[in-house]
Amino acid sequence: MTTHSLRRIRLPWNSLGLIAVLCALVLLFSLLSDYFFSAGTFRSLANQIPTLTVIAVGMTYVLLIAGIDLSVGSVMALAGAVTGVLMVDLQWPLLPAIVAALAAGLACGSVNGFISARWSIPSFVVTLGMLEIARGGAYLTTNSETRYLGDAVAIIGDPLAGPGVSAALLFAVAVVAVGQFVLVKTVFGRYMVAIGTNEEAVRLSGINPLPWKIAVFALAGLLAGLGGIFQLGYLQSADPNAGIGLELSAIAAVVIGGTSLSGGRGSVVNSFLGVLIIAVMETGLAQLGVSEPGKRIITGSVIILAVLFDQFREPLGRRFTRWRSAAGSAQEAA
Amino acid sequence: MYASHADSGSPGAAGVPLLVTQAIAKSFAVPVLKAIDFTLQHGEVHALMGSNGAGKSTLCNIIAGVLPASGGNLELRGQRFQPAGIRDAEAQGIRMVMQELNLFPTLSIAENLAFGEFGARAGILSHGRLHARARAALATLGLEDLDPEMPVSRLGVGQQQLVEIARVISRPLSLLILDEPTAALTDPQIERLFTSLRKLTARGVGILYISHRMDEIRRIADRVSVLRDGHLVATAPSGALDSDQIITLMAGEKAVDGSTTTQRRTPRTEPASPVLKVEQLGRRGAFSDISFTLHAGEVLGIGGLIGAGRSELLRGIFGADRVDSGGIRLAADQFARLRRMRSPQEAVRAGLGLVVEDRKSQGLLLQASIAHNLSLARLPDLHSRLGMMDTARETELAATMCRSLDINYRALDQTLWELSGGNQQKVLIGRWLLKALPILLFDEPGRGVDARAKARIQLLVRELAAAGKAVVVVSSETEELSALADRILVLSNGRVAGEFATGNFDESAFLSACFRFYSDGTQDRHPGGESSGKPARHDRKTTP
Repeated sequence: MTTHSLRRIRLPWNSLGLIAVLCALVLLFSLLSDYFFSAGTFRSLANQIPTLTVIAVGMTYVLLIAGIDLSVGSVMALAGAVTGVLMVDLQWPLLPAIVAALAAGLACGSVNGFISARWSIPSFVVTLGMLEIARGGAYLTTNSETRYLGDAVAIIGDPLAGPGVSAALLFAVAVVAVGQFVLVKTVFGRYMVAIGTNEEAVRLSGINPLPWKIAVFALAGLLAGLGGIFQLGYLQSADPNAGIGLELSAIAAVVIGGTSLSGGRGSVVNSFLGVLIIAVMETGLAQLGVSEPGKRIITGSVIILAVLFDQFREPLGRRFTRWRSAAGSAQEAA
Repeated sequence: MYASHADSGSPGAAGVPLLVTQAIAKSFAVPVLKAIDFTLQHGEVHALMGSNGAGKSTLCNIIAGVLPASGGNLELRGQRFQPAGIRDAEAQGIRMVMQELNLFPTLSIAENLAFGEFGARAGILSHGRLHARARAALATLGLEDLDPEMPVSRLGVGQQQLVEIARVISRPLSLLILDEPTAALTDPQIERLFTSLRKLTARGVGILYISHRMDEIRRIADRVSVLRDGHLVATAPSGALDSDQIITLMAGEKAVDGSTTTQRRTPRTEPASPVLKVEQLGRRGAFSDISFTLHAGEVLGIGGLIGAGRSELLRGIFGADRVDSGGIRLAADQFARLRRMRSPQEAVRAGLGLVVEDRKSQGLLLQASIAHNLSLARLPDLHSRLGMMDTARETELAATMCRSLDINYRALDQTLWELSGGNQQKVLIGRWLLKALPILLFDEPGRGVDARAKARIQLLVRELAAAGKAVVVVSSETEELSALADRILVLSNGRVAGEFATGNFDESAFLSACFRFYSDGTQDRHPGGESSGKPARHDRKTTP
């Protein structure tokens, strides 16, 4: 009984902390810049984030099982390149081209997962290889030339009449919601956390971790492909050079969201808040006229601070748990 | 002072022994060493014998400065000696070679030999000098044909053991402690080792030699000391005691009173049906030719010395490690098919569960909640067809299991970190109980668990057997085995050395069986050459 009442009042402290940081940033930039707190700023933010958001969801899963995926930026570019070439050179309609792009992402992710899980090769190395392979694939498909798609993909990135935001953003937020749901409510989510916590214990409990690990990397690849389509909608062109270094932004967002690099702990919603924090910082700093080097130095510092904070947050959380349980038993006694 | 003392090892004043321990005692939670008075002479090889937990390693660790003594004095060459740490002991020329290898696999032989004392000038290593020193050190053990530049990982386990010994004896030395140095060595390697040990003793170095192998001790040791339950029960010239006498000394008078243990149990009247037949199961370097039949409703104990291959046997049956020969038969197909479990998944489907020895690193999800830990093996049937977790059912199962195992907890979403060792162990056992498997394998179920939880776990194991489960328990504690098991299989050096009924349990005969295959003159080694001899524990990833 105690358990249930406690669970009901449990608050997602990490999320609240991140929301507080986000609000503080918005407030700070609004005070420092005359232009920041405006519909235009938020519209441009809304257009920028869908790609990073869906990729960060996949990255959260990968980090949860104590892996890493360095190939997402290249896979994203490959998926975009596939769509661009199919639509421009081969005159495919949008929908089949999107399916092909998703298939390309899924294939890259499956290869990552299968090789690293089947032969116990660190995913760092396998996905580093895939980073090169997928980038090469993107150049090869496009013959290293950008394809301009224009209005053909406008439906993805342009604001929809009703909600006033793009289809990409709506879709990305839906992916976050489903991603969090899968993590918390399904057996797949449970396997991910268990594998990230102690893979050997999972194996010795009679559960084969292999298919689940492969599924996680395949999903990360699929979401990178989806990110490629969103990027296509945003830029209205397929650039084989797109997404260079994107894997690092995704990892940064996930880490700011409090997901542990050693696996077993993480939250999709918090990763999304991490994406928002990074996006707000970049936009805000740009509006303040901070130079590119300055932006990089500040963003890097924030990542380090986030991880440092994460180190000290755990004991704080425990202390709170103890205080709460003491308060709970005192209440019961009364 | 350092050089004259440590290096020469020259006998000091006539008649002053190298090392004297006066009433040395050590307690952790319980006393493990009780007033040990012991003497090591200059130039003597002194063997230490005793069964698991007799206190051999603790005594050596105190002498080598690894552990402080809780009471008593050490005297080195007639002078009071209180090492504050390993460094202190090493400064006096006391060095220990542990059973676990302490080499750096990626470094070369020469770098390993020199490690810690590189002799670098201004931080720069001279490879010429390093290699010259390495060759000299290797030559002392007849390893001159090894290339000092070769990384240690390329050597077999036996050669690694010799390199480790070479590292120690190439340094200033007055007292050498060797813990089972020959476990991984071939006969010619043992000869070379003994030759160089004799050279050391001729220089006046005293050697403390821990071994289970009686024939070796008779050959190399001048005197033997036998430890039992933290007491030094005898010291004698090694020729004066035969194997039976040593076994009797290690076992002591207290034959475990089997009558009381059998009375507690309801005797089985109906013929028990077999559920598992293990046939000539073998895993290179760990165990060989193991056969037994397990019945429903019985507890089969597996005893033996640490490293005898017991954990490896359980892991082999369960499919956690590969086996090389033989297999198991199950009641499900009327024992028709001889099979090997290729994975724990297959074993669990066939009705086996293994409570692992190292629960923290291989059993539990320490950062996860009690409920999540308990439900882990059940996850495949705790969700809907679409993969939704049935958390209500999960909570219900977890709560029921916590009650029936008396797990002390505050909330089911409490993490395992916060539980005591005993409660953690109960959670691990509860995970398998939720699975309702007919065959359960327990590896050291009482390890790291307080006395009350241990009694509860023992009761639970008996209850499981009474409920018709077939149970195997590996334990290093004779008391636990005789309290739990209906019969005990003894493993010695990877082979079955005997079977005992716990009804009239004779501890001397039991110990004699534990030592049997370490002490026969034939030196029956496992096939596979020198790299295999040592039964590495949980060596799934370390086999070369």
